Amino acid sequence: MNKNILDKIKVETLTANPELNEPHKNLHEKEVRVVLKNCDIINPENINHYIAKDGYFAINQILTGMSQEDVIKVVSDSGLRGRGGGGFPTGRKWNFAYKNENDTKYIICNADEGDPGAFMDRSVLEKDPHSILEGMIIAGFAIGAETGFIYVRAEYPLAAERLQKAIDDALELNILGENIFGTKFNFKIEIRLGAGAFVCGEETALIASIEGNRGMSKNKPPYPAIEGLYGKPTIINNVETLANISQIILKGSKWFRSFGTEKSPGTKVFALAGKIKNTGLIEVPMGITLGEIIHDIGRGVGNKRKFKAVLTGGPSGGCLTEKHLDQEVDFDTLVALGSMMGSGGMIVLDDHDCMVDIAKFYLDFSVDESCGKCTPCREGTIQLYKLLEKITNGEGTIADLDKLKKLSKAVKKTSLCGLGMTAPNPILSTLEHFYDEYLAHVTHKVCPASSCRGLIEKYIIQDNCVGCTICAKRCPVQCITGERKGLHVIDQDACIQCGECFASCNFDAIITK
Amino acid sequence: MSIYVLEEQLNEFKIEVIDKYRDTKSPLMQILQESQKRYGCVPVEVQEFISKEMNITTAKINGVVSFYSMFSLKPSGRHILGVCTGTACYVKGASRLVERVEALLDTEYGSTTEDGCFTLAHTRCVGDCAQAPVIMVNDEFNGKVTSDDIPKIIARHRGKNCKK
Repeated sequence: MNKNILDKIKVETLTANPELNEPHKNLHEKEVRVVLKNCDIINPENINHYIAKDGYFAINQILTGMSQEDVIKVVSDSGLRGRGGGGFPTGRKWNFAYKNENDTKYIICNADEGDPGAFMDRSVLEKDPHSILEGMIIAGFAIGAETGFIYVRAEYPLAAERLQKAIDDALELNILGENIFGTKFNFKIEIRLGAGAFVCGEETALIASIEGNRGMSKNKPPYPAIEGLYGKPTIINNVETLANISQIILKGSKWFRSFGTEKSPGTKVFALAGKIKNTGLIEVPMGITLGEIIHDIGRGVGNKRKFKAVLTGGPSGGCLTEKHLDQEVDFDTLVALGSMMGSGGMIVLDDHDCMVDIAKFYLDFSVDESCGKCTPCREGTIQLYKLLEKITNGEGTIADLDKLKKLSKAVKKTSLCGLGMTAPNPILSTLEHFYDEYLAHVTHKVCPASSCRGLIEKYIIQDNCVGCTICAKRCPVQCITGERKGLHVIDQDACIQCGECFASCNFDAIITK
Repeated sequence: MSIYVLEEQLNEFKIEVIDKYRDTKSPLMQILQESQKRYGCVPVEVQEFISKEMNITTAKINGVVSFYSMFSLKPSGRHILGVCTGTACYVKGASRLVERVEALLDTEYGSTTEDGCFTLAHTRCVGDCAQAPVIMVNDEFNGKVTSDDIPKIIARHRGKNCKK
């Protein structure tokens, strides 16, 4: 394999498949495609398609004239920060491992995308797997590693299948394996499947899992860049981070910095979901405002409902509200606002979503996913969950709100790893922005969003019912009657208060008492 | 104790799985995943067999099996039905779907129906949040599910290899 062969494959493939040069369809004017540039354009199972889109030209360029320091410098200069959530500068991370003189080092691609409500990495893995391989090969060269692992969560079997195909094809072209591009550089990549544990997205837990152990985290330091997999220096990069690398090498750090902000250069992929009209993946330059994402690209909440909040950072993050819509979205702003970028999931909520209930949902998740090693996380999250349960059942008191806050801070301060340190964030953030809603639950025993069923006695259909019959159709106990286009009535004796009718009504004709 | 994996299957497991991984670095997860894939579970007899063959204590193996939610000790029902409980699905009413499924199948989440036809599996975000709420039946994806779709989904699968 050499540059001439790459050029030949590129030209031939483009001639045979002119559609590969077509632009993305239905892109909003504010979107840019860097990470997702090949997604939905190329056939992910065809390595020639990837090469036709300048794939593997970056690693070729590196192996025919760049030193390890050169590569690290370009990545450092680009200002690329880890897209998994933490936002640590990638170049600096690589430099730690590069400087370590150990003769065995590892690269791990963290594809354990467990944040519920985030599906960016899945798309890249399934639609452009070679871009991840190339990022890993480059990272391997830069730090001096010869082995890479991709840790894929078990829920993504298609991603694992396509990655394996990509690895096999790259081996065949000698883009992976020994003496890559005829140089002395060797690099191999193996896939490891997760087995359903969110905590394995945390670096030290992920390493424990690859080593065949329970996925429990360890104290840091030592950081994995110094002492990681099998005790060797290990760099763990997220999927989206790696997908940026080859283009930074080819087009340079200045090009990369032409997107985004000074401290958060480049683009970010977000997964828009929840109560928003345009759901799906978007890629936008960092620094775009939250309002542009929600209202311009996402086209608002729809269904005549009112925007209430957007959850970012999943179970580790928090919520942003109406008053944050003109804030620029980047790593540091979101942290300053009490949330975090996380991996890029954005769940939009409307006025029918209860913030206390959402905090409870996330705590339920953290309780379940805590590895159980350290007490603050194992026990603390359970107590936090119980307090929230008490409040949503209408049994909470004002004193519980104080307790909630104090305990949240204690768990944050004293937990061993990122899971526990961030698990209380949804509580702290909703307490800050929606304190009134908590108060309504504990003092008036009312859920303003009509969502907490422990606080709802009955559902009533009002006169503005248009007789669309949807609630009657959805009712699991058939206790709603009425003619089409006529007022409907709920048989209160038969009603099981499931809330199905309330959620299905598009005309605000159902109220709660 | 019920036996889920037969003696001769264990021999086959040794040749096709354990021997393949024996000399690789930390292969325990892959071996357990193979058992889960082949037998739908990693029962005690398989754990003990791996322990003997690989010279790893059963305590360690059991520790790993019990840690990860994808490993089970008992085989599941013929169809695995899961309502996705990711955040997007949750805000789109997944918990009401769970209740509906539980009521229709007369069983609780995490357990198997009496006829062995369905296991209601706890399901983490399946990564298709734009289609929320989602119900998975084995590998079949059902997006934007409403509660009145559930009887149809169940009926469709009840017919397949399942007679009450």
